[in-house]
Amino acid sequence: MKALVAVKRVVDANVKVRVKPDNSGVDLTNVKMSINPFDEIAVEEAVRLKEKGTVSEIVVVSIGPKESQEQIRSAMALGADRGILVEADDNQLGALEVAKILKGVVEQEQPQLILLGKQAIDDDSNQVGQMLGALLNAGQGTFASEVKVEGDKVQVTREIDGGLQTVELNLPAIITTDLRLNEPRYAALPNIMKARKKPLDTKTPADFGVTSTTNLKTVKVEPPAERKAGVQVKSVDELVDKLKNEAKVI
Amino acid sequence: MSILVLAEHDNKTLNGATLNVVAAAQKIGGDITVLVAGSGAQAVADAAAKVAGVSKVLLADNAAYANQLAENVAALVADLGKGYSHILAAATTNGKNILPRVAALLDVSMITDIIAVEGPKTFKRPIYAGNAIATVESSEAIVVATVRGTAFDPVASEGGSASVEAVAEVKDAGISKFINEEIVKSERPELAAARIVVSGGRGVGSGENYHKVLDPLADKLGAAQGASRAAVDAGFVPNDMQVGQTGKIVAPDLYIAVGISGAIQHLAGMKDSKVIVAINKDEEAPINAVADYWLVGDLNTVVPELVSKL
Repeated sequence: MKALVAVKRVVDANVKVRVKPDNSGVDLTNVKMSINPFDEIAVEEAVRLKEKGTVSEIVVVSIGPKESQEQIRSAMALGADRGILVEADDNQLGALEVAKILKGVVEQEQPQLILLGKQAIDDDSNQVGQMLGALLNAGQGTFASEVKVEGDKVQVTREIDGGLQTVELNLPAIITTDLRLNEPRYAALPNIMKARKKPLDTKTPADFGVTSTTNLKTVKVEPPAERKAGVQVKSVDELVDKLKNEAKVI
Repeated sequence: MSILVLAEHDNKTLNGATLNVVAAAQKIGGDITVLVAGSGAQAVADAAAKVAGVSKVLLADNAAYANQLAENVAALVADLGKGYSHILAAATTNGKNILPRVAALLDVSMITDIIAVEGPKTFKRPIYAGNAIATVESSEAIVVATVRGTAFDPVASEGGSASVEAVAEVKDAGISKFINEEIVKSERPELAAARIVVSGGRGVGSGENYHKVLDPLADKLGAAQGASRAAVDAGFVPNDMQVGQTGKIVAPDLYIAVGISGAIQHLAGMKDSKVIVAINKDEEAPINAVADYWLVGDLNTVVPELVSKL
């Protein structure tokens, strides 16, 4: 079966971002960009399913600026077979528009498994997979920590607030990955070289009939309230005293 | 304005997170209806009817909703939600699973994790792991949003007298099936709602040591227990104890971080706590930058000493 994996180019997880002085957004000039960590887990899961013989082809799609090619190539270096870049200004697109574009890609590619990260670490929305599920009328296994394909169904163990829940979905199905699903591999140099030769198509949102922009307007972006600087205490006695008499929390 | 709130529950009791969502709904203003979708959930509907500020409770009681399968519940919420100006749910895994599906069915954009209501259609929400706060304005006819519970003080669970109406309609998409659930049992308060949280990180060394060192402290303080991702990934404790960007967001009165370095992803889940205490052997640990009090020392001796002096 075919698997489609959606990846997003985001600021690297280890970068501490700064808000622009004019409050229009965060400053991403000269900041290291990477594949969204949850999406990397989605790629890894698809590759593992291919190694098991469940999946025969992995198509990776990214929606964003031209530079998102780098993230598609990284996914190919990890084992994806082909790439689709939908070139768009992702500041103009919300999760709904992204889901609509992905719906178009799914209709064109007809994958049985659609893997996404559970959330992007920039907008922290945690919406696209669920929205795509609704648009396709497909089942969704969100926050997946285990995926088992059996015949024309997939069992997904999900991380929920109280523990774990397992659901069974008809294929085609949407799976969004949680951190514990797997440990993504590193791309070996020969695979990085090979990835350069793998096919990569470039499309536009209009190719999938999506011309709208998001109805959510970001009015301003501010830094979070600063915490007052704390103090180092030298002993347990001092700590207990501070908690009892200064902070009055115990 | 009319607001539909999706109740969070386990078919027996109404989860406290719903009270925080009703509080956010009151800030928006308007009639508040709570939808209880479940199976054998009459008691939940009765509890919801008593919640202060709620004017109506809808009870959709059917086996199709027993396990909160998103495919079924979202179809119901989208259908009922058409007549409302706002559809809200708690930003729990359940709310996050269902509401985006609702929004897409209604063909509207959605707002995740609101932390402040600036106007009926304008909200604040954290982005970049809480390193920036965005003010977002929606021009959709229906505002669909999840609410960060810790950002709104819960309304009273008693004092209301809403009517309970049954919803006859059943939405069963037939594309998903519940198999089973493993719920971690605990005598301690629920992590997201606890007044005091004691969290352990990689520094505690092992699962055995986590319990040996932190259980007595949590017991003494009546605290919930949390963990950093490192402690969860190392298998010290189950994943539902994880505090952070990808785990639970907590904002207790007192957060005690033991053996946690303080990666930005962890800070995103606890930096709105009122008082933060860090106990760490590393003087340079990033957690100290957000801590109100930090103590440099070996947690294996410091924590037992702390327990004995409380």
